[in-house]
Amino acid sequence: MFSPFDIAFIHGRAKGQTVTNMADRLSLVVFSGTVDKLYPVAIMASGAVALGKEVEIFVTFYGLEAFVKGQPQKNMKMDVNYPEIGPMMMKVMMEKKMPSWYDMLVQAKELGTIKIHACATTYDLMGMKKTDLDPIVDDVIGVTEFLTRASEGGITLFI
Amino acid sequence: MAASASERMILDARGSFCPGPLMELIRGIKQAKVGEELEVWSSDQGSKKDIPFWIQKAGHQLLSVVEEQGYTRFIVKKLK
Repeated sequence: MFSPFDIAFIHGRAKGQTVTNMADRLSLVVFSGTVDKLYPVAIMASGAVALGKEVEIFVTFYGLEAFVKGQPQKNMKMDVNYPEIGPMMMKVMMEKKMPSWYDMLVQAKELGTIKIHACATTYDLMGMKKTDLDPIVDDVIGVTEFLTRASEGGITLFI
Repeated sequence: MAASASERMILDARGSFCPGPLMELIRGIKQAKVGEELEVWSSDQGSKKDIPFWIQKAGHQLLSVVEEQGYTRFIVKKLK
């Protein structure tokens, strides 16, 4: 009888991944496409990389839209529920020359293992092609593959 | 013998926000050789906890923390 750990281990091996410690993984479902929510994605991914964790990012719906080619540089959308804070925060971030969430994510990806997966459902629904997406996106996968990867261990968050 | 400041790699991350200075340090550590000392400068308050915590977890040595006007210098030795 295999324990869930063994199964995850075997699964990881079968896929040719380097399996170290299954719990050392941060999985993020990125549903939101506003800058205020993309920052925590980049910051948490950076923190996870700093701690030697692998990061799995599944971008779906508005989250996938944020990864369409050209969007990371163009998108300035903030959550409309905070009209009194959002624009002010955006202004402060620009004044203090905070790097964009995208640049932070690119930097974190250079330093560690971060995989960015586009959601197959949204991708198909919108009739996208791989060339429509920013090159930071690694591949297009379905929900079952993402859940399999996420369930191999660690923390999973929905943003 | 401790290396003098001029021999150390200096990573000036002042003005950068969490986790920027720590990411700079990780990048520097990757480039450095074992036994080398590095200095990271940060004006971010979070670094005072984050950087020593990371150094300990990553198994390197924090040689000293020097408070300067408006920023902190963290002197680190790469141990592995």
